[in-house]
Amino acid sequence: MSERRVAVRKTYKLYIGGAFPRSESARSYAVNAVDGSLLANAALASRKDVRDAVVAARKAQPKWAAATAYNRGQMLYRVAEMLEDRREQFAEAIVAGEGTTRDAAEAIVGDAVDRWVWYAGWCDKVAQVAGASNPVAGPYFNFSVPEPTGVVGIIAPQLSSLLGLVSVLAPALTTGNTVVVIASEDRPLPAVTLGEVLATSDLPSGVVNVLTGRTHELAPVLASHRDVDALDLAGAPAELEVELEEAAAGNVKRVLRSAGPSDWAAEPTPQRMLAFVETKTVWHPIGI
Amino acid sequence: MSHAPRASPVTTSEAPPARRFEYAPAPESRAVVNIRPSYGLFIDGEFVEPTDGSLFETVNPATEEVLAEVSAAGPGDVDRAVVAATRAQREVWGSMPGKERAKYLFRVARIMQERARELAVLETLDNGKPIRESRDVDVPLAAAHFFYYAGWADKLAYAGLGPAPRPLGVAGQVVPWNFPLLMAAWKLAPALAAGNTCVLKPAETTPLSALLLAEILQQAELPPGVVNILTGAGDTGAALVAHPGVAKVAFTGSTEVGKSIQRSLAGSGKHLTLELGGKAANVVFEDAPLSQAIEGIVNGIFFNQGHVCCAGSRLLVQESVAEQVVEGLKSRLQTLRLGDPLDKNTDLGAINSPQQLEKIRELANSGEDEGAERWSPTCALPDRGYWFPPTVFTGVAPAHRIAREEIFGPVLSVLTFRTPEEAVAKANNTTYGLSAGVWTEKGSRILWMAQQLRAGVVWANTFNRFDPTSPFGGYRESGFGREGGRHGLAAYLDV
Repeated sequence: MSERRVAVRKTYKLYIGGAFPRSESARSYAVNAVDGSLLANAALASRKDVRDAVVAARKAQPKWAAATAYNRGQMLYRVAEMLEDRREQFAEAIVAGEGTTRDAAEAIVGDAVDRWVWYAGWCDKVAQVAGASNPVAGPYFNFSVPEPTGVVGIIAPQLSSLLGLVSVLAPALTTGNTVVVIASEDRPLPAVTLGEVLATSDLPSGVVNVLTGRTHELAPVLASHRDVDALDLAGAPAELEVELEEAAAGNVKRVLRSAGPSDWAAEPTPQRMLAFVETKTVWHPIGI
Repeated sequence: MSHAPRASPVTTSEAPPARRFEYAPAPESRAVVNIRPSYGLFIDGEFVEPTDGSLFETVNPATEEVLAEVSAAGPGDVDRAVVAATRAQREVWGSMPGKERAKYLFRVARIMQERARELAVLETLDNGKPIRESRDVDVPLAAAHFFYYAGWADKLAYAGLGPAPRPLGVAGQVVPWNFPLLMAAWKLAPALAAGNTCVLKPAETTPLSALLLAEILQQAELPPGVVNILTGAGDTGAALVAHPGVAKVAFTGSTEVGKSIQRSLAGSGKHLTLELGGKAANVVFEDAPLSQAIEGIVNGIFFNQGHVCCAGSRLLVQESVAEQVVEGLKSRLQTLRLGDPLDKNTDLGAINSPQQLEKIRELANSGEDEGAERWSPTCALPDRGYWFPPTVFTGVAPAHRIAREEIFGPVLSVLTFRTPEEAVAKANNTTYGLSAGVWTEKGSRILWMAQQLRAGVVWANTFNRFDPTSPFGGYRESGFGREGGRHGLAAYLDV
C-alpha cells in the first residue's frame, strides 16, 4: 500500500493594508462548492475589519494618486502578468465555486487577465479623454482634469467571483482611487487569491483591501463610513439597496447603482472609471 | 465677471487708508421693469392659477417693499407640470432634430440679451444684489449659457460621452436665491440641449426673474411643456423631486438639503446631481502680488454679499505678510460702498432675506464668542431692509465655527500658515470641496497647489470667474456632477 501524501491546505484570510490577517473577530464561515462539498473556511469579517480596511485605503490613497499615470499603468499590467501565471489555479477555483465547465472557466480567467491589460492601458489616457482645455471668454488659461474621488467601497458581484470582481476593481484603481471591496459572499475564495496576486504585483499596500463575510453585515458599515468617498453597488442585494443609498447620503458619497452587464465578458466602456473621478478646473490669467 | 475698483497699491504696513471718493447717486431706472401684481404658475406654456397651492409675497430686501404676489405650487400643480413636461418630451422635444432644438435655445439667448436691462433690474429688485453685478455678471452669463449649450444640441454624439447619447426624460430642477436667473440658465440650458424637458423651481425669495424668463420662453415660441416653472418653497421642491415622472433631479443649494434629497431618492433609480455648499480657502503666499491679491480677496468674499457657494470665505495668508495683507484689506474695505442696490456705484447690496441675515448674525456672534477678533469698516446701514456690513475676523482658529461652517454672507475668516504643506493641510481641512484660490508669482507652486487642493474649481491669481465652457462643481460634501462645459452635458444624457 503506497502512502498518499497529505495535501497542505491554504487558510483563506482577509487582505488589509498589504497583510493577510484573520478577522479580528476570529470568526470564519464555511464556503461550499456548487456540489455542496466544503471548499474552505473563509474569514468572516467584522465591522471593525471594515473600519481597519478603510483606514488602510485612506492611508494608501495620496501616494497611489500621486504615482504617474505611466507608473500606475505598469503596476496594473504587472497584475495581469501575475494573474496569467496563476491561470490554472483560478480556473480550478471557478469550476469548483461557480460550477462552470473547465473550458468556460479558462475563458473567464483569460478575460480577467485581459481586463487588467485593458485598464492598464487606460491609466495614461483617461485624463486626455475626460479632461479638457476650455475656451473661456476672457484672458484666462482654463483646463479641467479628472482626479480620483478617493476611497471607493465596492460590493463585488455575487455570481462572477473573479471576472466580475476584476471588472469593478480595476476601473476604480485606474484613475488613482484606493478600494475596500466586499467579496462575493458565497464565492469569496477567488477574491482572496486575487489579493495574493495583488500583493506580489508591486501594488502598494492598502491600495486594494479585500473583505470576505456577510454582505448584510459589512455593506451598511461601508456605506455609512464617513471616510469612504464613493460606493459601487454592483453586487448589492436588491433588498439592501435603499438602505445603502440612504446611508451613502450621510457624506454625499458618489453611488454607482449599475449592477453591470449580465455577462461580464462583454467589453467594458469607460463609464465605471468615470463614475469615480472628480473634475477639477483650474483658472489662471494670461498676460505679460 | 466684474472687477471691483482697484485699490491703491499696498507698499508698506503703514499705508494710509485708501481714499474714498464721493459720488452722486446714480440709480438705475426701474421703469424698464413691469412687475405684475400677481403671478400664476408657468405650466404647459401658459401662466395658470394654482389648483391646490397658495399665494405668498416676494419683497425687495433692500426696502422691504412687497414686489408681487406669487403662487406656491401644491402637489397637484407639480403633477400637472410633470405631466406636461412628460408629454412635451415624448411628443415634441425629445424627437425634434437637434439642429431645431438648437435654434430655439439660440433664440432664448438672443431675447435674454435684448431684454438684459429688464432682467438685471428685476434681479436686483428681487434679490438685493448690486445692479453692477446683475448687469455685468448674472444676466450676460445666463444668456451665454443658453448660447453655449444651444450649439451642443446637434453635436451630442461628438461630445465624447458615448456613441449614441439619449436624453433622460423630465428633469426636476431646484435652484437657489443667490443667482436666481443664472442658476436657472445653468440648469435649463444643458438639459434642453440634451433633449430633456424641465420643471424648474426657483427659490421662494427670488421667483421673479424666472417668471420673466417664462415670458421670454413664450416670446421664443418654445413648444408648450418643454419648460415649466413652479414657484414655491421647500414643500414644492420636495414634491417635485419625489414625483415618479421625474427621471433626473438637479439641485443647487445647501449641503443639508442636498443630503436629504440624496437620501429621499435612495432606491428610486433617478439620476441626481448636487451643487452644494462650500468653505473655500483663498491662499495668499508671501511672494504674491499683494495689491492684486487684496482685490481678489475682496472679490472672493464680498462679491454678491458673500451669498456665493464658492466664496473665498477662509483667507489663508502666509505669516510673514499676514499683517500687511490684513491692513491693506481693511484699508480697501473702507472704500466699499454699501447701499441702494440699484445705484450703479454700489459694491455691496442687501442681504437677501431676514432669515439669512439672522443666520449671518448668529455665526458672526459665535466668532466673537469663540475668541476671534471682529472688524468692520465704518459703514452706515440703511434704515429699512436687510443689511450686514463687510466683516473680517482675525485670530481665527481652525476649530472655530466661522472657520468650518458656511456663513453665506460678507464675513471673512483670516487664518495664517507658514509652509505650503501647512497651507494645503488647512485648506483641505473641511468637509466641503467646491473651490479654492491661490496667490503666488511662482508658476510651479501654482500648479503644485492646484494639484493638492481638494476642490472642483481652483482660481490661481484670480477668483470667482465663471464661464459657460468651464465645468463647475464640487468634491466631497460640496456635491457631485458638473455644470458648464462638455462635462455639464453628462448630467443630462444617458450614455
